[in-house]
Amino acid sequence: MAASSHDAAGKGGFRAWLNKRLPVDEFVESQLTGYFAPKNFNIWYFFGALSLLVFVIQILSGIFLTMHYKVGEATAFDSVEYIMREVEWGWFIRYLHSTGASFFFIVVYLHMFRALMYGSYRAPRELLWIFGMFVYLALMAEAFMGYVLPWGNMSYWGAQVIVNLFGTIPVIGPGLVEWIRGDYGIADSTLNRFFSLHVVAVPFALAFLILMHLVALRQTGSNNPDGIEIKQNLGADGKPVDGIPFHPYYTVKDLVGVGAFLIFFCIVLFFVPTFGGLFLEKPNFEPANPLSTPAHIAPVWYFTPFYAMLRAVPDQQLGALLMLLAIVVFFFLPWLDRSPVKSIRYKGLLSKLFLGAFVIAFVVLGYLGMAPAEGLYVLLARIFTVVYFAFFLLMPWYTRIEKTAPVPQRVTSHA
Amino acid sequence: MLKSLPKFLIAAIVAAVPLAQAAEHEEASGQCRALEIAHWKADTEIGNSASLQRGARNFMGYCAGCHSMKYMRYSRMAADLGIPEAQLEAALLPAGSSKNDYITAPLDATDGSAWFGKAPPDLSLIARSRGTDYLYQFLKSFYADPATSSGVNNISLPGTAMPHVLSALQGVPEAVRCTLTESVGGEGGGAKGDVVVQKLEVPVAGQLSAAEYDAFVRDTVNFLDYVGEPAKLHRTSIGIWVILFLLVFTGFAYLLKQEYWKDVK
Repeated sequence: MAASSHDAAGKGGFRAWLNKRLPVDEFVESQLTGYFAPKNFNIWYFFGALSLLVFVIQILSGIFLTMHYKVGEATAFDSVEYIMREVEWGWFIRYLHSTGASFFFIVVYLHMFRALMYGSYRAPRELLWIFGMFVYLALMAEAFMGYVLPWGNMSYWGAQVIVNLFGTIPVIGPGLVEWIRGDYGIADSTLNRFFSLHVVAVPFALAFLILMHLVALRQTGSNNPDGIEIKQNLGADGKPVDGIPFHPYYTVKDLVGVGAFLIFFCIVLFFVPTFGGLFLEKPNFEPANPLSTPAHIAPVWYFTPFYAMLRAVPDQQLGALLMLLAIVVFFFLPWLDRSPVKSIRYKGLLSKLFLGAFVIAFVVLGYLGMAPAEGLYVLLARIFTVVYFAFFLLMPWYTRIEKTAPVPQRVTSHA
Repeated sequence: MLKSLPKFLIAAIVAAVPLAQAAEHEEASGQCRALEIAHWKADTEIGNSASLQRGARNFMGYCAGCHSMKYMRYSRMAADLGIPEAQLEAALLPAGSSKNDYITAPLDATDGSAWFGKAPPDLSLIARSRGTDYLYQFLKSFYADPATSSGVNNISLPGTAMPHVLSALQGVPEAVRCTLTESVGGEGGGAKGDVVVQKLEVPVAGQLSAAEYDAFVRDTVNFLDYVGEPAKLHRTSIGIWVILFLLVFTGFAYLLKQEYWKDVK
């Protein structure tokens, strides 16, 4: 735009030389200054950028952890304590990474909830949504394997439970579990391959999927709280009348979000890094011990909604299948939603009720996944599992029969 | 200011709790109830370096014969707790150890399991894996039990292999038992007819009074808390500056955003 041609003339030599060889200005123009985003983004639109920020935090802190961490069942636990005690700022690096893991899921869950609210998965953004879901799947794999690396007792038993789930697959299950572990139990070879996958394979996959997510976003443009396609309302200059250039408007706005986010992040990191045993669990400060099972094996909080579903079913095989379906069903959202409008603002009462019930179910299941599976808790887990699936499976019905409000021509508010 | 408000709130709550408990006890007086220790709070202060120093002395005097702290160096401990090097070498360092050694126990693990049935665990991370309240309750709930090989048992860890090492200080408490006349639910409850430990009484006092013993245990647990995470001494004070910086940064970022967004209609 105007700014870049001015700079090119002003700075002359090097910039022109560079742009002849590398399309720097072109990239900035197409991705930032000339990329138009709806001007009515609200607070929910911070979480995509924040997810990217946490990804960068995890990569950077992970690089430094890898410099001191010693993979191996005899050395892993000791090396983490070495990092916590003897490496300069090691405690900071480690807490950065452990706090980052939990915050990654917090921002990703809020980011996904935003998509559910405003119908960001709807056409033409189906692929954008599916890439996002693959990012989520890769993130789950990354988090699970990362959790095993400190080789604490919960690492060990958590790995035992999760890897055994693959054993419920008919016919190939038992062989598959052995192949994943590389041994007859969770052992040194398992730890070694999880390390490899955690620091090399999955981060590469994540980076690629995030890139595809962003490329798809640039192709369709962002949705917005009104669910209006801003590209359908162009001004005389050929630019969307409800759009503003991503840079500088959203870069400066996201900077405020980053600051606010880091305040929460650092409060946890510096003052309550274990978050009362939620982010770093007490039994994981004991080294892995195959002879001593922790009283309650529970995954870290971000997996507990699915863990509650697993335990709600008396049959382990069906439970594992249900858990898998609970995640797979997200992929089909673009085709389950039959509403003529995208945003919850203009959807009917049923959609609002079902979305509210879904959020409650997810949170309650998250709590139940941490609690012991007994008595009333099992019954509640079953009820809320039904609510969880009802949100998805009844969607074609309730989005079609409800009365929707008229969608305005222009976006309604901005801040 | 930042610190005093929460302290005031905590003080107010703490002051209210005994009142509520007293009322509860009144009601239950005469009735048989199992001793509840879950509400015994360690109330340690990681910032109290005198307490940490006393805790280090207690640990080296009473625990270090059997329990190691394999991730902790003597020198690091001395530097963190403000123990002068001369004093470290004179009072705390075992003969033959260098100040840069890790704190290991002279008791061999094989001997430990042969003598006690279970090797005394390393205590580097015990405060992190069990929590400070648990340690406080454990060290305060030994009682005489002739049925065990060590002659004592423990309320928070029944059947513990650990003898009451601190009996010279506390004395050996005797368990006063009673029979539940009705079924009581929840913690400290049981079925009707169960014989439960109602309270612990020290027939022959040790070298310390009850209050002094509590303080001794509290200092020791505070020290174990520090050893569990030495960074705890510094991270909160660094954290305050980080948060203050971020508040200022976010404030300016907001002003910048408002400036840019003035022309968005």
